[in-house]
Amino acid sequence: MNFRGIHAIYRYEMNRSFRTLIQSLVSPVLSTILYFIVFGAAIGSRMDNISEVSYGAFIVPGLIMLTVQMQSVNNASFGIYFPKFIGTTYELLSAPLSFVEIVIGYVGAATTKAFSIGLIILSTSYLFVDLEIKYPFFMICFLFITCMTFSLLGFIIGIVSDNFEQLNIVPMLIITPLVFLGGSFYTIDMLPPFWQNFALLNPIVYLISGFRWSFFGVGDVPILTSVIFMLMFTSICISIIWYIFKTGYKIKN
Amino acid sequence: MSEIINVKNLVKKYDNNFTAVKNLSLKINQGEIIALLGPNGAGKTTLISTICGLSSITSGSIKVNGLDVIHDYRKTRDLIGLVPQELALEPFEKVINSINFSRRLFGKKDDNEYIEKLLSKLQLFDKKNNIIKSLSGGMKRRVMIAKALSHEPQILFLDEPTAGVDVELRKDMWNIIKELKNEGVTIILTTHYIEEAEMIADRIGIINHGELLLVEEKNELIRRMSVKILNIKLKKTLKRIPQKLKKYNLKIIDNGHSLNYFYNIGNEKTGITSLLSDMNEIGINLFDIQTQETSLEDIFVKIIKD
Ligand SMILES: Nc1ncnc2c1ncn2[C@@H]1O[C@H](COP(=O)(O)OP(=O)(O)OP(=O)(O)O)[C@@H](O)[C@H]1O
Ligand SMILES: [Mg+2]
Repeated sequence: MNFRGIHAIYRYEMNRSFRTLIQSLVSPVLSTILYFIVFGAAIGSRMDNISEVSYGAFIVPGLIMLTVQMQSVNNASFGIYFPKFIGTTYELLSAPLSFVEIVIGYVGAATTKAFSIGLIILSTSYLFVDLEIKYPFFMICFLFITCMTFSLLGFIIGIVSDNFEQLNIVPMLIITPLVFLGGSFYTIDMLPPFWQNFALLNPIVYLISGFRWSFFGVGDVPILTSVIFMLMFTSICISIIWYIFKTGYKIKN
Repeated sequence: MSEIINVKNLVKKYDNNFTAVKNLSLKINQGEIIALLGPNGAGKTTLISTICGLSSITSGSIKVNGLDVIHDYRKTRDLIGLVPQELALEPFEKVINSINFSRRLFGKKDDNEYIEKLLSKLQLFDKKNNIIKSLSGGMKRRVMIAKALSHEPQILFLDEPTAGVDVELRKDMWNIIKELKNEGVTIILTTHYIEEAEMIADRIGIINHGELLLVEEKNELIRRMSVKILNIKLKKTLKRIPQKLKKYNLKIIDNGHSLNYFYNIGNEKTGITSLLSDMNEIGINLFDIQTQETSLEDIFVKIIKD
């Protein structure tokens, strides 16, 4: 293993976000605060408790998931797409680095960023609501795996994209709607029956439900289902990465 | 001289089924400067890309220092520095960070002393804290070279190092290349400036349509291929070549005011002395003579055309 090489990529990517601190950190935190104010304080005060949890607290896990999922995808996809765009991938390819090491560097950095943002939002939420986390260890693991999986997904999108439009289109047209409709702001049983069935086709529902379970001990679907879903999702992303590696698809001419 | 790169029957077919390199074999010796010449699209960059790991190999094999570039890619890439044809740098990064990053990618510990020496050699020292965006094109190219040399490679690939570089800087570049050679670095460069190959290369390879047309010692090539021209200005015009001079390779030019004599300097005898004495004998008086040499450029054009 070329650990120094991995570390170089990781550090470079982390530095890149420190250079753009406002964009990479302040803006997701700010938008989450806005959600808290609008949904938590303004609307939430008129909402009934959901499974004995105040609405303001109820939306915390969903908001964290929503943000880390979008951040992971954006960071990782941009992280690998940018060198492709400016042509500096030649450096990665001509260095004694394996593809797996390159993935670890980029995905590791994107995961770290998203994970930190998740934790920052969690801390911020204590300013707004009373929160007790029932299964903190599980919560941390689940958050971490979510960040990693969505970073893998972002990395795949970055590799496959040939231009900025493609880079944006998957996150914008697929991931954002799925994440928003994934139950960040409501439970599935609040939906009309027809839409409930529909919602269960949305993979994000299982992830948000699982994460919420770690906070309150209740979720839309049984926790085991959520965990299985999560692992399936992770394995699919890893398999795609493996396929890209094996075939050299879109990396080597 | 020991061989450091051995390309054997290399074929490179791109995804669109275009074959850019056709069954190419080439050995490169340790410590030499080899210049690859060839028109646009000849396959020079493709050849370099397969050696350096940017392109997959369709068939054939490439060994660097006796090791296969696919099997032992870590060891072979360790030996190689690459300066690609296109400038590719992250615009908002500082020069020094960008160079350190390259070194780290190769798994090497930071070495400030070495990097500072390198920066001085490339006249980048006082620019080291500038962001890359603020550099001129020539400086950026030198940053690319510094990045390629950051991990102390034994082999350096320079894909058109002097494209778009002014005369002054080109000469600097040649000096840098020669200096690297003196330090024992093997250098493979591509260029469209034939005088550049003439100036600095030990051997010259000519590539066209993905094939290596020839590879030869530069001086040998020039000697073998060079035709010299002796231009003879005559006192009186000449309508046709006299019988006695038919055995010489002569051509009347300038409406008979001059004669051109073609001879090969690779031959033992040039035939000049006997030509002149024969001319004297039949009473053709000379006004002036001068010689012209064919350049590597003429040779190159001739080889590509054939
Ligand atoms: N990624 C690619 N896919 C398909 N064809 C390619 C690709 N890259 C290069 N080619 C083709 O392969 C041929 C050789 O290209 P290459 O870049 O190796 O030429 P070159 O000798 O370096 O030319 P130049 O002097 O212009 O740099 C060209 O016809 C080019 O169009
Ligand atoms: Mg080229």
